[in-house]
Amino acid sequence: MLHSVKSCEPQTGGFCFENSRRNAVLESSLSEFGYQAPNARKTGTTIAGIVYKDGVILGADTRATDDMVVADKNCMKIHYIAPKIYCCGAGVAADAEITTQIMASNVELHMLNTGRPPLVTMVTRQLKQMLFRYQGHIGSSLIVGGVDVTGAHLYSVYPHGSYDKLPFVTMGSGAAAAVSVFEDRFKPNMELEKAKQLVRDAIAAGIFCDLGSGSNVDLCVITEAGVEYLRSYDKPTMKGKREGQYRYEPGTTAVLTKTVTPLSLDVVNESVHIMDTE
Amino acid sequence: MGRLQTHPVVNSAQEVMDAIEESGHDEKLDREMAWTNAINFEEYLQEWMCLACSHSSKPSKESRRDGIKMNTRGLRSQLKDSVPVAGLCPQGAYGVQDTLRSGFTSVKNELLPSHPLELSERNFQPNQDKMNFSTLRNIQGLHAPMKLQMEYRAARQIQRLPFLQSSNLALDILRGNDESVGFEDILNDPAQSEMMGEPHMMVEYKLGLL
Repeated sequence: MLHSVKSCEPQTGGFCFENSRRNAVLESSLSEFGYQAPNARKTGTTIAGIVYKDGVILGADTRATDDMVVADKNCMKIHYIAPKIYCCGAGVAADAEITTQIMASNVELHMLNTGRPPLVTMVTRQLKQMLFRYQGHIGSSLIVGGVDVTGAHLYSVYPHGSYDKLPFVTMGSGAAAAVSVFEDRFKPNMELEKAKQLVRDAIAAGIFCDLGSGSNVDLCVITEAGVEYLRSYDKPTMKGKREGQYRYEPGTTAVLTKTVTPLSLDVVNESVHIMDTE
Repeated sequence: MGRLQTHPVVNSAQEVMDAIEESGHDEKLDREMAWTNAINFEEYLQEWMCLACSHSSKPSKESRRDGIKMNTRGLRSQLKDSVPVAGLCPQGAYGVQDTLRSGFTSVKNELLPSHPLELSERNFQPNQDKMNFSTLRNIQGLHAPMKLQMEYRAARQIQRLPFLQSSNLALDILRGNDESVGFEDILNDPAQSEMMGEPHMMVEYKLGLL
């Protein structure tokens, strides 16, 4: 028999905060014994994007970490939102994944409703409104880039809901390493190959200089004509081949003396056991 | 008798004619403008509902609850709304505090929300509605939000029985929720909840008999 009045009210969907008190009590009492609550898996990422002559190039590394352990060596951090809008996600892996999926659904519904292809500003606005509503508890920082009727645009959105519109952006734990490469070599209206090389170098800087990023470089080139998703564009951390043989040839060390001592062994006991093999 | 009856008719006609001649349309217009500006349309709606509508299935108890929700502003008033009926009917089976779910009983536990987002999430839809209505009122005038709120109330009455989950299609369309996907559609879908409410209790609660 349910006695409380609350259960008679109609239920609504969405987040349920029933267990948050219990979790807080458990965490505080368990930490006295040295146990820790399980942490959410973060991506510990380097993601970057630039605007070049014909469009936008997004780049990301492919490592997902679970505190100090690599949870996924080759995860995909560049997510689809619309035919010509893609989004890189950093921060908590699940949050970034679910946020981009919700965004993709909303953009599709909006496109069906209005009958027009989506604008990158629309995606950014919906993202920042949703992230602000949850006051940063959804820990995902995103780089949204794409081409629409007004041109090529690149936005970065932070977990609390602020955003920046810039010609080049980096996010994640390796952002400092990547942005240093951009600050040095970025020029507006670069050519495609140079731009791809620049993004690859920025992500590689994050891979080598940041512990949370690693494995391969993924690129996504978005232009008016279409999208080119280059998965594993570069593998800077591939194990190299050894230059030479390091084994010594037999006969490298000269033999000076040789003594042979045979060990005599006598048969002490001999018994035969028959096994039942049926 | 006949004379007594005709007197008021003649007098009122005379008054109307005098009123039209004397005041003209400006004063009346001024009075109406003043009324429109000073009105609190939520209260006006409540009055109108009680006075002019036929008996709805939800008596005044429900409308009072709505009134409290609509006037939430600031944490204190939100807290007032969120104080549960603790002590008298604690949650959980057999009327005992559910320690596993809600933790130990304490005054702080009962007064404060368990998560910083709990209050803002619970009040999100009403706050959005309030904001939209007040913007609409400023742009289009008083009639627009009043008409919309009438439609909301009509749509809210088309439901299944209380313990069954209704799809709320009309309400969703009015709010514009049919064109977007959010966490309330993905997580904790009430249509798929494992517990069903007690039918008798829920109907009694809805009728205000509880």
